[in-house]
Amino acid sequence: MTIELPAGIADDEEVEELTSSPSPARTYLTATLTLMALIGAWEICARWANLPAWLLPSPSAIADAVADWRWELLQHFLVTFSETLLGFGLAIVVSIPLAVAIVYSPILQMTIYPILLALQSMPKVAIAPLFALWIGFGMMPKILVVFLVSFFPIIVATERGLTSVPPPLMELIRSLSASPLQTFIKIRFPTAMPQIFTGFKIAITLSVIGAVIGEFVGAQSGLGYLILLASSQSRTPLAFGALLCLTVMSILLYYAVELIERLVVPWAKKT
Amino acid sequence: MDKIRIDSLSKTYASKVGRVRALENINLTIGHNEFVTLVGPSGCGKSTLLKVIGALIKPSRGRIIFDEAPLLKPTADVGIVFQEPVLLLWRTVLDNVLLPAEILRLDKAKAKKRAMALLKLVGLEGFETRHPDELSGGMQQRVALCRALIHDPSVLLMDEPFAALDPMTREELGFELLRIWDVEKKTVVFVTHSIPEAILLADRVVAMSPRPGAIARILDIDLARPRTLDMQFTDKFKSYSDEIRAVIHRRAGGSAP
Ligand SMILES: Nc1ncnc2c1ncn2[C@@H]1O[C@H](COP(=O)(O)OP(=O)(O)O)[C@@H](O)[C@H]1O
Ligand SMILES: [Mg+2]
Repeated sequence: MTIELPAGIADDEEVEELTSSPSPARTYLTATLTLMALIGAWEICARWANLPAWLLPSPSAIADAVADWRWELLQHFLVTFSETLLGFGLAIVVSIPLAVAIVYSPILQMTIYPILLALQSMPKVAIAPLFALWIGFGMMPKILVVFLVSFFPIIVATERGLTSVPPPLMELIRSLSASPLQTFIKIRFPTAMPQIFTGFKIAITLSVIGAVIGEFVGAQSGLGYLILLASSQSRTPLAFGALLCLTVMSILLYYAVELIERLVVPWAKKT
Repeated sequence: MDKIRIDSLSKTYASKVGRVRALENINLTIGHNEFVTLVGPSGCGKSTLLKVIGALIKPSRGRIIFDEAPLLKPTADVGIVFQEPVLLLWRTVLDNVLLPAEILRLDKAKAKKRAMALLKLVGLEGFETRHPDELSGGMQQRVALCRALIHDPSVLLMDEPFAALDPMTREELGFELLRIWDVEKKTVVFVTHSIPEAILLADRVVAMSPRPGAIARILDIDLARPRTLDMQFTDKFKSYSDEIRAVIHRRAGGSAP
């Protein structure tokens, strides 16, 4: 790699590097290489120890399973993906307006919000069996579990964001006798946006987990169902393949949210 | 004619730890286009007084007469600058300056023209489309100043506007403010805890002492305009500064009269 030196700096001069941490590109490269090395080591160990495939399949066995089952995997992927997106979307549609209502209504702030905050510590996925009991085994109970797990991070983040306008800014706005609507549209909501997206990012990861738990409880399709089925039949390579698909889904969704964040709130502090 | 009259004003806050007497019987008259600085140690009620003048908080007793009428709610005839620029990060410099004009629904084209002129006045020509996080602290505070002036208020309330800046930028902005005040005649109430800053800028310095916040002394500053940095080294300046220092610490220091 050659670096163009500005005029006046000799080639043999030592130039202090600005950043002490390695560049992102280099980190990606080293991480990828490490991952490949780990997979290679796993492959070698699995072959050398001659472990039965049902106990711990080699990466190549998993790859074979994924290739053989690609259409089924895709189908189950789409089911889980839809449950996740629908539940997550429902959580957005419900929790943002509710957070706005709570912020603007002292009554809701004293009644509903403390209850919600208390409920937040409830292990939401534990309700999944009840949803199955009440609504059966279709997609709906899974969507509801997803909704429930992503609802809390979003409503809490939105509430925090909406109330995080610096007091001097609120005073400035008040001195201009701005209407509540103007204050909301021009100040409060944009101020809250970065925190809302932080909530989205927490929620989307939980959403995938919620969908899988929902499927574990009782389902005829979805990657969670497939993992359950495959492990009960000791088809471990397929279970690993489904797990791989779930991981890919989680990563895809997370980065999709992050991409949207970058487009919608470019002013959010990079962390 | 008086612009603002503060009439036997007191303010008591009710807080968790009990009542805090922030201001005690303040009487002050501020003339049209006068530059008044409020100086005093931290906690002596300067911000409180400024907020009462802006009708952002209600006095516990007494009242504010603004343009010969009691001030009951905030008026758009006031522009405010705080210690923090509190700019909107998602807006460009120009759109930040235009915020009050939008809220007050002023004519867009006219407001934009005025915003450009103000930005030029503070030396930010060419920065209109930048975002606040691309600017230095001093530049951000200049934008905040333009925002306070966009709707052409007749009163400018400033709460330690340069306190967060480095000393050089602080001096620079002080003189810039005076230059703007010369072009755009305004009544300015400027809060600071720097005695030299208070003297250098003001027509009149209101020295306040704490617990409870009260006016300790009002000094007419008889220094020629335009003001220069050299004036700090004159005997007159020094006597002003000594006098203020003596009164604002008198009650705080415990050597009460
Ligand atoms: N909202 C408030 N509630 C209770 N006490 C307050 C409040 N604002 C200010 N005070 C108290 O009033 C006094 C004056 O505060 P302030 O006007 O901010 O002083 P300054 O601006 O001169 O530092 C301080 O003792 C402060 O603690
Ligand atoms: Mg203050």
